[in-house]
Amino acid sequence: MSDFTSEFWNWYIAVLTVVSIIGCAVLLWMQTTRRAPGAKIDTTGHVWDEDLQEWNNPLPNWWRWLFYITVVFSLVYLAFYPGLGSFRGSLGWSQTKQYEDEVKKADATYGPIYAKYAAMDFDKLAGDANAMAIGQNLYLNYCAQCHASDARGAKGFPNLADADWQWGGDPKVIKETILNGRMAVMPPQGAALGPEGVKDVAHYVMSLSGMASDSIRVARGKEKFATICAACHGPDGKGNPALGAPNLTDKVWLYGGSEADIVATLQNGRTGQMPAWKGFLGEAKSHLVAAYVWSVGNKPAK
Amino acid sequence: MNDPLGGQAIAKDLERRGATAAASAGPVKEGELALYAARKKIYPRTVHGLFDRWRWALVWLTQLVFYGLPWLAWNDRQAVLFDLAARKFYVLGFVFWPQDFIYLTALLIIAALSLFLFTAVGGRLWCGYACPQTVYTEMFMWIERKIEGGRAQRMLLDEGPMSARKLAIKAAKHGAWIAVALWTGFTFVGYFTPIKELWGAVASLSTGPWETFWILFYGFATYGNAGWMREQVCKYMCPYARFQSAMFDRDTMIVTYDAARGEPRGPRSRKIAHGAGALGDCVNCGLCVQVCPTGIDIRDGLQYECIGCAACIDACDQVMGKFNYPTGLIRYSTENALAHGWGFREMVRRVLRTRTLIYGAILLGVMAVLAGALYLRVPLKVDIVRDRASLAREVEGGRIENVYRIQLMNTQEVPHRFRIAASGLPGIGVASESEVEVPAATTRQVPLRVQIDPGATAKGSHRFEVEVKAVDDERIVAREQAVFLVR
Repeated sequence: MSDFTSEFWNWYIAVLTVVSIIGCAVLLWMQTTRRAPGAKIDTTGHVWDEDLQEWNNPLPNWWRWLFYITVVFSLVYLAFYPGLGSFRGSLGWSQTKQYEDEVKKADATYGPIYAKYAAMDFDKLAGDANAMAIGQNLYLNYCAQCHASDARGAKGFPNLADADWQWGGDPKVIKETILNGRMAVMPPQGAALGPEGVKDVAHYVMSLSGMASDSIRVARGKEKFATICAACHGPDGKGNPALGAPNLTDKVWLYGGSEADIVATLQNGRTGQMPAWKGFLGEAKSHLVAAYVWSVGNKPAK
Repeated sequence: MNDPLGGQAIAKDLERRGATAAASAGPVKEGELALYAARKKIYPRTVHGLFDRWRWALVWLTQLVFYGLPWLAWNDRQAVLFDLAARKFYVLGFVFWPQDFIYLTALLIIAALSLFLFTAVGGRLWCGYACPQTVYTEMFMWIERKIEGGRAQRMLLDEGPMSARKLAIKAAKHGAWIAVALWTGFTFVGYFTPIKELWGAVASLSTGPWETFWILFYGFATYGNAGWMREQVCKYMCPYARFQSAMFDRDTMIVTYDAARGEPRGPRSRKIAHGAGALGDCVNCGLCVQVCPTGIDIRDGLQYECIGCAACIDACDQVMGKFNYPTGLIRYSTENALAHGWGFREMVRRVLRTRTLIYGAILLGVMAVLAGALYLRVPLKVDIVRDRASLAREVEGGRIENVYRIQLMNTQEVPHRFRIAASGLPGIGVASESEVEVPAATTRQVPLRVQIDPGATAKGSHRFEVEVKAVDDERIVAREQAVFLVR
């Protein structure tokens, strides 16, 4: 609870609250009977429209006691729970504490389940239907926003269901990717290659995947590729998982496989970021998610 | 309300109320009036007669249903079970899901309109014959009568000092009440927890915290309301009681004292022939007041306390019979009938009037809609949610693909295999598994991939339709609209 700027407001609220509650009790007590001098004893003394009178239909006494009980209840409540200025109540209850208690309780309930799975190997987990169901739920909650519900990704977000792994497809590496995140940078090469050079290299890259390409441009592009691109993507264009440099020979295109897309990639570069989940999911949940993601990629495509 | 007695009744009522106020006033000084007063306990006298038999018939009917229904089985399960934890509501052959709450709405509309209709025709019929407050009070009063005796004996017992006998009688009564109340609470919880398992848990004292709470709470409410609170529930707590009175009109049949025939009231010898002498037909025996469960005198005219139970009619008819007078000094009558001296026929003819016809027409309409909707209800629900963050993706062959999560809710108690098909765009087709097995009464969510031919469709968003059909039963089919994005 944030503190008041001065002690005055604390007392202001506390006194106001107590006075109001006691005021309710006093009002109630004063309204138990009504003085109606001169009026017939059985009307409340109110007269509308010349002759319309309100009959007094006394409520049963227990009804009045209900009112007094609410007064007592509010005082007891204020003694136990926060409400009187900055007084925290004798039970020491707070929303934050309640939240923490609930998290602790949930951890105690679900912790052992995750701990059990965290100790299991990936290939065992992939065969465990319960573990995969939990893994899928986690995946759908945290990963599907970018990688899609079917794990086949989207433009700029890698497909996890194929055999192509930008940073390596070993489950341990996948877990590493989930825990710590990845930062992939394709630097812009437009300035270095020039408008024609960009097209030449694009055609060479397309030829690597066996796509239709202009053979003259391919020949020209090959030279430029060897001097500029091979540093990351390797001389044969098969990429380098250690750098996150994609394999260019497998017909898998993260940012689109048309000539225009590849030209744009070369011209302007690309930046991809996988956020780190260590702080949010923690070790055990990440282990399960990694197992699930790995199992999706290892299933035969349907 | 139009009062045939005019000022006389008001004066009488004032007198009666004045007496109550004075008696309970205690510390109230002169010129003051008490806004709260001690409740005066009511000892209704037992009465038998036509309307009493009607009430007991409804007590039996409603309570046989209430206590018996949870024990009925339907195939392998409880026939009526509201499984809150699983959010499934079993009613005979139906399994309702939270998505089906619209049916409950229709049911509540039917209940409300029935209340309007019955009230417009016959006053507080609900209060007098079918309301749980009346029904349980009736049952509890029966127990009270069996254990404590009749009205006079009960009053005598309460006035007398505490003795071993009084203690024993009171203990027996409350014991019996609590037993009925607990059984009622148990039955109530049996609608939400399988009652046979619940019975096992109760027998071994191992009910869960919520089950325990609700058995005790519902039991306590039954015991408190039917045993202790009684007419106070109707007078001070019940909102329906108040608005039902507001729905009377001049043709509503309500429990009425025929003042023109009865006044001037007074005791007389049975030997005097009917009509001879200066007195009206009311012999002023006071039985109508003694049998009244809310402690009013119906001869003072319509009062908000009157729950329309017609006990006073039964009592008065008996007295009239003994005097060889025609019955019906207190009877179901309407304001118009009383004012114009109509007979039963003219009165009944006025049952069909604009108000009741409109209520009746709407009621029949809603009932027909509900029946039709239940008959046509497809035991399959489909929800399609497009993957929010991703746009279209290009797959082999240049085809364009969108990804959805499709939720298949099989609300039938048999497993089904569903075929998913998409239509409405050129070359559209389902690329993911197109047949999905969904177990009985469960939900399954699967990713759905839909592809279209490239080039044939303009950029932007396009509506298309997904049809889900059970492979084994083509009547089970659901169609949902979804959006396909082409970039």
